[in-house]
Parts: sequence; structure tokens; C-alpha cells
Amino acid sequence: MLRDITLGQYYQTASPIHDLDPRVKLTGTLLYIISLFCFKYYVGYLIAALFLGLMILVSHVPFRFMIKGMKAILFLLVITVMFNLFLTPGTPLVTFWKLKITIEGIQMACTMLSRLVLLIVGSSLMTLTTTPNHLTDGMEKMMNPLKVIKVPVHEVAMMMSIALRFIPILLEETDKIMKAQIARGADFENGNLIARAKSLVPLLVPLFISAFRRANDLAMAMEARCYRGGEGRTKMKPLMYKKADFVGYGILIFYMVCSIGLSRIDFIGLLAR
Amino acid sequence: MPIILDHVNYVYDSDSPTSKKALNDVCLTIPDGQFIGIIGHTGSGKSTLVQHLNGLLKATEGHIYVDGEDIYDKDYNLKKLRSKVGLVFQYPEHQLFEIDVFSDVCYGPKNLGLEKKEVELRAYDALRKVGLPDDLFYQSPFELSGGQKRRVAIAGVLAMKPKVLILDEPTAGLDPKGRNEILDQVKQLQKETGITILLVSHSMDDVAEYVDRIIVMNKGAVKYDDVPKEVFKHYKELEEVGLAAPQVTYIMRDLAANGVPVGTDATTIHEATEEILRALGR
Repeated sequence: MLRDITLGQYYQTASPIHDLDPRVKLTGTLLYIISLFCFKYYVGYLIAALFLGLMILVSHVPFRFMIKGMKAILFLLVITVMFNLFLTPGTPLVTFWKLKITIEGIQMACTMLSRLVLLIVGSSLMTLTTTPNHLTDGMEKMMNPLKVIKVPVHEVAMMMSIALRFIPILLEETDKIMKAQIARGADFENGNLIARAKSLVPLLVPLFISAFRRANDLAMAMEARCYRGGEGRTKMKPLMYKKADFVGYGILIFYMVCSIGLSRIDFIGLLAR
Repeated sequence: MPIILDHVNYVYDSDSPTSKKALNDVCLTIPDGQFIGIIGHTGSGKSTLVQHLNGLLKATEGHIYVDGEDIYDKDYNLKKLRSKVGLVFQYPEHQLFEIDVFSDVCYGPKNLGLEKKEVELRAYDALRKVGLPDDLFYQSPFELSGGQKRRVAIAGVLAMKPKVLILDEPTAGLDPKGRNEILDQVKQLQKETGITILLVSHSMDDVAEYVDRIIVMNKGAVKYDDVPKEVFKHYKELEEVGLAAPQVTYIMRDLAANGVPVGTDATTIHEATEEILRALGR
């Protein structure tokens, strides 16, 4: 049950996307998300979806992993679509009782749905193809200029990599404690809301205790190895751009120009004329 | 309450590239009242196997019959099964959560829907059985020592009055004294109540002294399933799969190889002592 969460999980395989420098992937994801908000006409979303589909193909990550990630936000998607569908003012199309669906509402709902889906799939593609360590390495390097204004870049990156590193561990731990309590007759699935909330206590208390214990152990281990923050710290494998990374940037720029440029043209309008 | 495993297969993460066959065509019969040791190297599938016995994991293929009923039947009551087959996980002290020891032990029987009086009676009884001193009953479980915590956790499962008790590495991380205490208590429990006990371990020395039967797991399959004496005769093969016979076996074999006329199938220190004394004519 807990294995369904793909957001922030790494899928190990060999592919050109996996080999890219994390900075390229980070920039790519960021630009991709920005592009989603710059489209004027639907052509843009079509191009964005095609581009993403191509990237997924190149990444060798099975498509169902993306779908799995969607399950987690299904509720959010439904709510968004509903709100946009019913609450956008404009020309009414269908009216029943106090609710009315407007043409603008349908358009808005479609826009929001495509944006959200592409946004989630796009960012999970990044986390599926980049190890958490690589990701934070990339972030640290990219945020380096912020050191000038006294942002603790290294510390933030370290915290993030620890947090990401602990997600699978804590998931496994949750799974284990859950099983142990089920073996003692616990029921996490049935009963009303209050009963279910109560049934979480035997799960959450041990989980928190174990998280604290692990944090304590980790702090001790880091201290034992003389960790004292980012000052003067070097890397064993510093990030370096390769040829493929520049190609990656090239493809990105090409995508941005194409998608945003083409989405300015009203193809449907042109056809109608 | 006999348990029968019929060609059980289990595959982890069957739809991902990391999928791994954890159980490979396991067939076993577990009759009433036996004390069984399940031995295997790390990753041999022993923990996976025992999690099938109370329905926590569902076999990818095959059937499990408890008391003649297929536990994968649609209308089979898994909750009832879990009260009959008690499973104590590895490092069970990590599952403690209540404010005091007594209420934590009450958690299991309370989930069975028993009356308050019966719940408390069972909890008290279980805590006595694992040998926890009375003055610790109302302390926070987090203030106890490692060995004491583990007893509390075992009591938490015992209080459900299972007919089969499974202990997954109950001695991991304990010192030799704590280890012997726990194992002695388990043996005592089995003698008194006659319940079936499955002891999962990777150490032969742990189980050799206590069990009637040993199941050796290797790569998800049952390699040997026999009384300890017979299993330890294969000590060379055991070494190949990362296990070893108890130290006593090696001593006896070395003695015999060096001309002392002793038999080599002693499995406990006690038997070995008798055998050596006999050979020396005392």
C-alpha cells in the first residue's frame, strides 16, 4: 500500500536522461513548469505533452510509474476540475439547480487539468531519473551564488539530502510497524473517522520515536567524522558538464522557443477562418 | 491447529525491475506442539516465510491451510487467524507505544474485543510468563532496558493467547545472558502451555539446544527439514550456504578425528559432556 507513492522515488536503470547532469534536469524541470504557465492556446499543451512523452521514452522509466504518482493527487485533481467547472462565471452552457457549467468553465477546467497533470508527471520524471544525492548536489551548486547574501546554501542542501534519504527508510519502517500492529489485531482500514484516527496512534508513536532515534544516531555518526558544515569542504565527485549536458540545454531552449512560440498562434482560429 | 503450506511462492515487487523471488515452492507441515527452528542466512526468505503464516503477506502462488481451511478464501477471517498465530517481529521493542507497560500489553487482547477484565487478566498473565518483575508493570516502556522491552513486546503478543507463536530473531542485539534468558523462557512456555513455537534465527547455537525440528532455508527454498542431529550431519553443506553447525559438533568431530572414541552426533553442550565422559570411561 505504501509502495504506491512514487513522488521522490528513484527508478534505477541506464538511460541518457539518467546520465544528465542534475543541473540540466533541475533547470529543465523549472523551465518546463514555467512554460506550462506561458501558453496562450491549447497547442502549447499538446507540444508539452509530446515533449514529455518523448522524454519518458528516452528515460526508459515504465509509463505506469508516472500513473502511480498520479494516484496520490487524484483527489486534488478532481477538486480542481470541479471548482473550475462550476464556479467560473461566463456564458452558461448547462444549468441545473443552482449549478451552471459555462464555456469558460470547461476551458478553465481543461487548462488546469492539463497543467497539473503535466506538472506532476514532469517533476516526477526528474525525481525518478535522479538520485536524491545528485539532486541536492545540483541544487547546492546552482544556489552557490546566494552565499554572497549569507544564505546557508550547504546546510540547506545537506538538510534536503538527509530528508530525501530518509523517505524510503521511514516508509519501510512504517510498513514494518504497521505489520507488527496488524499482527496484534490492529485495524487500520475499517471503522469511522474517529476510530481510524485513533488507530493511527500505535503507528505514529513508534514511528516518531524511531525517527528521533535515527536522527540521533546520524548526528552522532556525522560528528564522529568531524562534520562541521560546508566551510572548506570539497567533493569527491564534483559535478562537471559533459557534452551531452550542453546538448540537453540546447534541446531545452529549442523546446521553450517552439512551445511558447507556437502556442501564441491560434491554430483553431486560423482553421475556422 | 496444524498449518500446511502447499507449494507457496512469493515474489517481491513483482512489477518493478528490482523484483525478487523470495519464496520458491515451499511445502511444509507444521503440526501441533512442536518447537521448530527456522534457520537461514540473511535474505534466505525466513522472515518472508513466517509473515505468510498469519496472512500479512499473500503468496503469489500456492495455498496455506490452517486447521484445514484455506486462508486465502474470500470469507476467511484474517483477524481471527492473527489472534491464533502470534507473530513477534524482529526488534519488537520498536512497536511499543503506550504510556505504561501494562496498557501496551493490553493492546492486543483489546483489539480482539474482549471484556476489560479478561483483557487485564491476560495481560497480567502474559507479563508473568515472560518473567517481567511486577514493579515494572506501570513504568513507561521507554525507560526499560533492551531485554526488558523485548519481553514486554513478546508479552504483547502472548496476551492474545495464540496457539502458534512465531518469534523472528528474538535474540538479535541482546547480550549472551539476555539471550539465554529469553530462550529459556520460551522453552518453559512451550512446556507449560504446549503451544507450537517457531523460532527464526541465523545462529545454529541459538536453536540447537531448544528445538525438536530444524528447517533450513536457502534462497527462498527449504533445504533441510529434519531433527537437529540429522541436519547437522550436513555441516559441510551448511557452511556452503553461509551457516554453520553448533560449535559442539565441531569439537566432537575434531575429537573423533584425533583418536578420541566419541560419537559425533551430539548437538547440545550437555549431550557432548555426557559423550566425552562416557568415552573417557568415567
